[in-house]
Amino acid sequence: MTVETESVISLAKNKRNLKRKNANQVLGYIVVWLCGIAALAMVFWIVGYVLSQGFQVINLEFLTTRPAGGVSGEGGMSTTIVTTLYLVILTIVIATPLGVGAAVYLVEYAEEASRGSKFIKLLVAAARTGVEILAGVPSIIFGLFGFALFVLYMKLGFSLLSASLSGAALILPTIIRTSEEALKTVPQSYRQASLSLGATKWHTISNVVLPTALPGIVTGIVLGVGRIIAETAIFWVTLGGSYFLPETIMNSGRTMALHVYSLASETRAFDKAMGTAAILIITIIVLNLAINLLSRRLTARITGKS
Amino acid sequence: MSSENNRLKFKIENLEVFYDDFRALKGISLDIPENVVTSIIGPSGCGKSTFLRAFNRMNDLIPNVSTRGSVIKGSEDIRKTDIVDLRKSVGMIFQRPNPFPKSIFDNVAYGPRAHGQKSMAALEEIVEQSLTHAALWDEVKDTLNKSALALSGGQQQRLCIARALAVSPDVLLMDEPASALDPIATLRIEDLIQELKKELTIIIVTHNMQQAARASDYTAFFNMDEDRAGYLVEWGQTSKVFTFPEKKLTEDYISGRFG
Repeated sequence: MTVETESVISLAKNKRNLKRKNANQVLGYIVVWLCGIAALAMVFWIVGYVLSQGFQVINLEFLTTRPAGGVSGEGGMSTTIVTTLYLVILTIVIATPLGVGAAVYLVEYAEEASRGSKFIKLLVAAARTGVEILAGVPSIIFGLFGFALFVLYMKLGFSLLSASLSGAALILPTIIRTSEEALKTVPQSYRQASLSLGATKWHTISNVVLPTALPGIVTGIVLGVGRIIAETAIFWVTLGGSYFLPETIMNSGRTMALHVYSLASETRAFDKAMGTAAILIITIIVLNLAINLLSRRLTARITGKS
Repeated sequence: MSSENNRLKFKIENLEVFYDDFRALKGISLDIPENVVTSIIGPSGCGKSTFLRAFNRMNDLIPNVSTRGSVIKGSEDIRKTDIVDLRKSVGMIFQRPNPFPKSIFDNVAYGPRAHGQKSMAALEEIVEQSLTHAALWDEVKDTLNKSALALSGGQQQRLCIARALAVSPDVLLMDEPASALDPIATLRIEDLIQELKKELTIIIVTHNMQQAARASDYTAFFNMDEDRAGYLVEWGQTSKVFTFPEKKLTEDYISGRFG
């Protein structure tokens, strides 16, 4: 074999290799695309199905009358919309100060405090681990805890208060962790600049650090709101399921998610379950869009790129 | 360098700073005259910034730092001064411009507000005065409500100077204030330093030998020993240190033979 033929052969080999590589490339491309499309199709299918089924029963009357109760599942869903709103507000009011406060402590104070004492260091480590573990605990466990502690032991009964306390416990880990991350991304140079002007540590935190971390903190709170709207089991055992509008925080109530569950499992009105589910899904989609917009606005205001 | 001045702003006696067991500064004794610019030069890692942070006790914020010796401001040991009063009277400018993510106005008003100034009229006056002193007023007077982060790097650094001036300090510490800026912005900062020294004592850490020669009246040269502890090689009037240094080491460093 001459050198030339050899090189021709190796060239052909290279070409074949290249072709095979190209084929692999194309195959990989197709698989990835199919996976992406399948995932999207699944979402659209579910959302589309629920919406199309749901809209067959949704009208003004459905939205503005309360459920009639009983196995027939007659009536609308008005009280469940309002109850969901009540529960969300009450839960956030309880969870936000606790969660953000804990995050501020962990990021701004814990290190300093644990330097002085081994005991506090241990305590802080335990708190961190606790938050991690809580984040992975199933919601029904929080429900059982809330049922035992708030409903029975503290005699709060099935009520908005019991439910929002349990709900706050459920979303605390989320709020703490997202707030912690947000606080950590605030540049150290901001803190130094503030302290070098003679501002106290607390003034620095409340006037520079927290405002800068706000978009991240808001994201955590909104994730919590989504969770409260969507959860069922935890509120089944703490909020009860009364379809009347709660008049005080000591009354029982029924969120949209609870209503879907009870319609679907205990009545013949499967169509109304679909209607309620459609409103639930729309609420969550709107919430997500609003959060996106809000956090972009906040970020733009903070970075000055409006 | 004409600023002949016998009054002292600071008297540093046998200052030592430790990070845990590591001695970062050893046996520093020197005087800082009032209303002049003193530059601190020396190779990287010789403790220049640590030294600067001793003047407003910013070292106290770093875990496990301990300080020995004394820094006397006027007639008082700064360790006995209330930390808020100390930091009000000793302002600091950092290496990278670090304006808060707030409006230009709110940045300058931050210090006075932190110290309880609530009157809007008073704040407006302080903001205008401080920005004028920092040679920034003409550029931003119509955009005081815009975010400070939209300013250029040089403008941001002058804003930080205005922010420091707003609490009426009598000393300004500058930690390589122009190292992140372009040459034009650097010159503006240096011009500004010349203006500010009429009313303020300025201590500036710099890597830039020309800057030290151009902008300062006194120069202190630091180096580090074999244990990496920073020590003072010599200090004096800049004209003297740069033309007739007492130590061979100073001459080698200034002429660029090491560092």
